[in-house]
Amino acid sequence: MTTRYFIPRDTTALAVGAQSVADALSQALQGQEDVTIVRNGSRGAFWLEPLLEIERNGERVGFGPVSVADVPTILALGPSDQAGHPLYLGPVEAHPWFAGQQRLTFARAGLDDPLCLEAYLARHGFDGLEHAVHLPQADIVDEITRSGLRGRGGAAFPAGIKWRTVMEAAGDEKYVVCNADEGDSGTFADRLLMEADPYQLIEGMAIAGVAVGARQGYIYLRSEYPHAWDVLHKAIAKAEAAGYLGEGICDSDKHFHLELRLGAGAYICGEETALLESLEGRRGMVRAKPPLPAHQGLFGKPTVVNNVLTLAATSSIMADGAEAYAALGAARSLGTLTVQLAGNIRRGGLVEVPYGMSLRELIEQFGGGTRSGRPVRAIQVGGPLGAYLPESLWDTPLDYEAMAAVGGMLGHGGVVVFDDTVDMAEQARFAMAFCAQESCGKCTPCRVGSVRGVEVIDRIIAREEPEQNIDLLHDLCDTMEAASLCAMGGLTPHPVRSALRHFPQDFN
Amino acid sequence: MDPQRLLAQLLCQYEGMPGGLLPLLQAIQEDFGFIPRESVPAIAQVMNLSAAEVHGVISFYHDLRTEEAGRHTLQICCAESCQAAGGRALEARAQEVLGIGFGETTGDGAVTLEAVYCLGNCACSPSLRIGNNTWARVDTALLDSLIAQLRSAEVLS
Repeated sequence: MTTRYFIPRDTTALAVGAQSVADALSQALQGQEDVTIVRNGSRGAFWLEPLLEIERNGERVGFGPVSVADVPTILALGPSDQAGHPLYLGPVEAHPWFAGQQRLTFARAGLDDPLCLEAYLARHGFDGLEHAVHLPQADIVDEITRSGLRGRGGAAFPAGIKWRTVMEAAGDEKYVVCNADEGDSGTFADRLLMEADPYQLIEGMAIAGVAVGARQGYIYLRSEYPHAWDVLHKAIAKAEAAGYLGEGICDSDKHFHLELRLGAGAYICGEETALLESLEGRRGMVRAKPPLPAHQGLFGKPTVVNNVLTLAATSSIMADGAEAYAALGAARSLGTLTVQLAGNIRRGGLVEVPYGMSLRELIEQFGGGTRSGRPVRAIQVGGPLGAYLPESLWDTPLDYEAMAAVGGMLGHGGVVVFDDTVDMAEQARFAMAFCAQESCGKCTPCRVGSVRGVEVIDRIIAREEPEQNIDLLHDLCDTMEAASLCAMGGLTPHPVRSALRHFPQDFN
Repeated sequence: MDPQRLLAQLLCQYEGMPGGLLPLLQAIQEDFGFIPRESVPAIAQVMNLSAAEVHGVISFYHDLRTEEAGRHTLQICCAESCQAAGGRALEARAQEVLGIGFGETTGDGAVTLEAVYCLGNCACSPSLRIGNNTWARVDTALLDSLIAQLRSAEVLS
């Protein structure tokens, strides 16, 4: 019976030393028969990386975080005495950190070699696409609509409505574009999915293509993710060779081609219209809406633009049905919520739970407090355009509407924890400085407002007429919110105002 | 290969690609290390654009450069998650040790220092990237040692 050793090839796992563990492992196992080393994706428990798993006789147990020095001590263990090892975790799914989660989109993450098509198929991969290719387009769109799936990039727009608009748009030439420009600090769910389960994204894109009648799809991936590029590039080639992409997919009369494109380091290209401009080979300047991309998108044609997780989720919706998906979640936030615990956090990683859990539960139950050991002071939810929340708001349930009601935003699910050493005036200043750095420059409130914002905050920090300057800052925020062309300028006031409102002592 | 022929080959390869300007520029930078200014007219002609449009695209994207970078590019993440975990100290330390600011190259041509906004490694912040390798939970001691290795031209893995 073969013993299989799993050591991830994920970016974060590698960043904390997975490659040297893999090298030590392969050296130690050299010459042994019936052993295989699998370079899997990560399960997302990054605080346990490098996570080494050993599978023998159908039982798979984990050890972590493993260093090179731990490798011989783990290999010396027999099946009966491994539980005594200080790094022994038992079966990883049963570990409390995972047992409290509801893995759906990330159910497969970390289990196999991400490029192994047989492993994907063995875990019901491509079931959704196989089902979809034999359905009328409208039935696929109906299924997605009934599931309640909302866009996971941040705007939470119902996916079914977007798909219907593109399906009903006139013309033969349509596109499906995957927004894989995951630029928000504190987020890594898209990266994890692309590196650990790339076929799920490919499957979701093909389903979208079949549903709306698009024969061509593009993945726009940020250049900060070289490992995801490598995995996707190979996965697309293998999916093509196996007949899941290209002409006559899944032995049907449907066609869908997929091309991977690389961004070039511009945060604004995560905004869908700037992304389309960039895909067309231009500066990533935001377009005015209307026309919506669903009517006039890539190369002026009707285009579905969805986030990685949105597209990936459609594969399980088509495989298991809309009802199974909609049975999870709360109110109008159906399905599962993907939260990424980041910043100053002890147990950072990806947590997938039903909507409605509170921030406090997440931070305490999963996050285990700060890595510095100091008290948590502020939590920024939803990326650089999200609000900084003080302790009084940590009991807010994490769903789109409840977060909006307290002036926050769930966004792409990034949760960045700050301890009590944070200077909130500096964080407010950074929000404006980041906007100034990354603004596409098309509209004045964002381009000029952000620069003025930095100047005003500098004067407040320097105690120059603080009251007047705080009034001026609010006024500036009003202008940016009301008059910016897109969310970059329109939402930058979120972190600024939340810092002012909840942490006023840091400004005087 | 002769630079002129290499450029001609790339121009030929991307000529008909829809929205191919950005991939073409990335391919040129991959092969040449930067986008030579003198290649802009030829790029413009092949892509049926004005030289101003090509220049506009080059100047818009942080990744694209028209001058050679140092032998190594050190990217420090300056975004919120890394700030929360000590990233601001790393930003300051890197500039101090290298004696340059962000966007600059050391006098010996060894290191170009760049700010980057998120490497997707936020569960183990703060992060930095050299080539295609990312480091997590970086402290000043690790930063110092990495910079010393870059300067002594050791290969990092």
